[in-house]
Amino acid sequence: MKKVLISVLMGSAMAVGASAASATTLEDVKAKGAVQCGVSQGLPGFSNPDDQGNWTGIDVDVCRAVAAAVFGDATAVKYTPLSAKERFTALQSSEIDLLSRNTTWTMTRDTSLGLNFAGVNYYDGQGFMVRESLGITSALELDGASVCTNTGTTTELNVTDYFRSHDMQLELVQFEKSDEVVQAYDSGRCDVYTTDASGLYAQRLKLTNPDEHIVLPEIISKEPLGPVVRQGDDEWFNIVKWSLFAMINAEELGVSSANVEEMKESKNPAIRRLVGVEGAFGENIGLSNDWAYNIIKQVGNYAEIFDNNVGPDTPLKISRGVNALWSNGGFQYAPPIR
Amino acid sequence: MAAKPQQTAERSSAKGSIFNDPKVRGIIYQLLLVAGLVYFFWSIVQNASHNLEKQNIASGFGFLGNTAGFLPNQTLIDLSATSTYGQALLAGLLNTLLIAVIGIFLATIVGFVMGVARLSNNWVISKLATMYIEIVRNIPLLLQLFFWYFAVLRSLPHPKQSSSIFDTFFLNNRGLYMPRPVFEDGSGSILLALVIAIVASIGISIWAKRRQMATGQRFPAFLTSLGLIIILPFLAYLVSGMPVSYDYAQLKGFNFKGGMKVIPEFVGLLLALTIYTGAFIAEIVRAGILAVNHGQTEAAHALGLRNGPTLRLVIIPQAMRVIIPPLTSQYLNLTKNSSLAVAIAYPDIVSVGGTVLNQTGQAIEVIAVWMIVYLSISLLTSILMNWYNRSIALVER
Repeated sequence: MKKVLISVLMGSAMAVGASAASATTLEDVKAKGAVQCGVSQGLPGFSNPDDQGNWTGIDVDVCRAVAAAVFGDATAVKYTPLSAKERFTALQSSEIDLLSRNTTWTMTRDTSLGLNFAGVNYYDGQGFMVRESLGITSALELDGASVCTNTGTTTELNVTDYFRSHDMQLELVQFEKSDEVVQAYDSGRCDVYTTDASGLYAQRLKLTNPDEHIVLPEIISKEPLGPVVRQGDDEWFNIVKWSLFAMINAEELGVSSANVEEMKESKNPAIRRLVGVEGAFGENIGLSNDWAYNIIKQVGNYAEIFDNNVGPDTPLKISRGVNALWSNGGFQYAPPIR
Repeated sequence: MAAKPQQTAERSSAKGSIFNDPKVRGIIYQLLLVAGLVYFFWSIVQNASHNLEKQNIASGFGFLGNTAGFLPNQTLIDLSATSTYGQALLAGLLNTLLIAVIGIFLATIVGFVMGVARLSNNWVISKLATMYIEIVRNIPLLLQLFFWYFAVLRSLPHPKQSSSIFDTFFLNNRGLYMPRPVFEDGSGSILLALVIAIVASIGISIWAKRRQMATGQRFPAFLTSLGLIIILPFLAYLVSGMPVSYDYAQLKGFNFKGGMKVIPEFVGLLLALTIYTGAFIAEIVRAGILAVNHGQTEAAHALGLRNGPTLRLVIIPQAMRVIIPPLTSQYLNLTKNSSLAVAIAYPDIVSVGGTVLNQTGQAIEVIAVWMIVYLSISLLTSILMNWYNRSIALVER
C-alpha cells in the first residue's frame, strides 16, 4: 500500500520537477559541440541541401555565422529541416537552438509565442506568379482567380486581406508542402501561385517551363525574414543578434572574407573593434574577442552571403533592392560595435 | 479444494478486519489506481501550463473567437473573410464528416461487390477482383492519394476549354459545376410532400412484410416506395406553381461563378479513400461469406432458391455477424485516414486547424481540438456499429 502511494507521489514529483532545472542555451550548445539550427525543407537560396547533402543558403549562413562566433568553426552546425507548421514548436521545446527558416517577424510571433526575433537578414514581401499567356500585368486583375499556396504561413492571411480590401473574390487552395503547390500550379489547378517574392523566384526554377511564368509587380505585404530564438535567454539572443549585425557592419566597413586578415592592421578604430584587436566586445557576449573575425573569415560579410546565395549571379537572380545597405538606399542597417 | 475459499472468508469476517476481504481490497486498489491516474494527468496539465506561462506563451481557447482572415476552398456553412477561427474549424469539421460519410457509404458498396466478385465462379471476374484487392491493399494510401489527385487534375481541361453538358454542367480542372436550385416562396410544400412520401414508404414496407409473413403473398414494396418518393414531390412542384429556379454556373474571368461546385481535391480524396478501404472491406466480406457453412448454400438450393436470393437471403445475413466487427474498424480507419487530405489541399479539420495553429501559435489547443474531434467521431461510429451488431447477433435460447 504505502509503496504504491510513494511511487505515485515520486512519479508526479519528478514530472513537476523536470520543468525547473535548465542550463543556458550557450552552455547547452557548448556542451553539444554544435549549434542545432532549424531550417526549411528545401528552399533554393535560403536553405537548401546540395547534391552532396551540404546545406547552403542565406539562412544557413546565419546558422554558420553563429557557429563561427561560438566555436570559431562555421561547420559546427547541425540542421533540422522543419515544415512551416513545426518550426515554432521545435524552437519552444528546445529541440533546436536557433530557427533560421525564412520566418516573418510579426507581432503575434514576437509576443505570444515566447520567441524573440534577433534581426532581419532578408526584407521580403508577398508576391504573385502567373502564366505569362494570361496577359495579366497587375494583381488587381486577379478577381475570381484560384490561388495556390501552402498552409502554415502568413501568406493565406495576406492574400485574403488583399483580395478583401480590393473587393475581389478568390479561391484559396492550400497545400501542406510547397512541392505539391508547385505541382498543382504547374498542372493548372490554380491561376496564381502566391508566397514571398523570393520564394516565387526560387520555386519558379522547379516548374516545367520557368520562362512561361512571370512575377507580378505588386508586393502586397511586408515580410521581414530573420533568425528566431527563445525568449528568456538574453545571452543567446545577444549572440545571434550581434552575429547578424557583425556581417552587416563588416559590409559597411568594407571588411570581407578576402581582406579580413589585412584589416587587422587597419587604422580605422571601428574596423579594429570589429575584428577584435581593440576592446573586449566578444567577452561582453560570453565569447572570445575574435568572434566577428571568425564570422567574416569563414562565412563572409552580408554582401557576400547575399551574392553567393540569391544574388544576380545565382539562378535566383535577385537584385539587392531594399536589402542594400542603408548607405546605398536600402534597409539593412546595423547598430555600431562600440 | 472447494471448501477452502469459503473457510478463508469466514475467518476474515470473524476477525472483523475489512481490509482482508478480497472484495473490499479490490475496490480499494482500483480507487487508488484511478486516483493515481487522475493525479498523473492533472500534474501533466499543470506542468504544461506552468511551462507555457514561464515561457510567456499564451494559452487557452480564447483565440477561437478571433477573426480568422482566411477562407477554406470548400465550406458547407456560410463563411466570410471576417469569420472567426471557431467557425473556420467548424467548417473543417463538416468537411471531414462529409468525406467520412460519403467515403464509408461508397467503400461499403465497392467492398461488398468486390468481396462477392472474388468468390465468383466466373474465372475472369474473380481474378479481376483478386487483382484489384491485392494491388490496392499493398500500396500506401498517401501514394494512391497523390496518384488519384494528380491523375484527376491533369486529365481535366482548363476552365476556358471546359467540357460541358447542355451548357449547364461544366467540368474542368477547377471542379465540376452544377446548377444550384434556388428555393423560392411556396417550395415548402415540396419538402412536405417528400416527408409524406418517405413516411408512407416506410408504412408500406412494414405492412408488406407483415402480410408476407402472414399470408406468404408478396408486394412490390420497393418499387412502390420509389415511385411515391419521386412522384409526390414532383406533383407538389407542379401544383405550387414551380417555385424552384436554378442558378447556373457561368464563365466569368478566370473561373466559373454561381452554381454548385465539387472541387477536384474532394474527388481525389474520395476516390483514394473509397478504393483503398474498399479493398480491405472486400477481404472482410469474403472472409464472412466463407465462414458460413457450405451446407447453408446447398440447403437453400435444395429449397429452390436461385444464386441471387441464396446470397441475399441466406448467406449474407449470417455472414454479417462475422463481418460487422472488423467492418467497424475499417470505417474508423477511413475516417482517420481522411486526415491525409492536408497533402492535397482538401480543407478538412487537420488542414484548417494547421492554418489556425500557425496563425495563432496555439499548438496544444489546436492539437487537443483535433484529438477530441477524431475521438468523438470514432466513438460515435463504434456505438452505432455495436448497436447494429447487437441487433443482428444470433439470439440464443
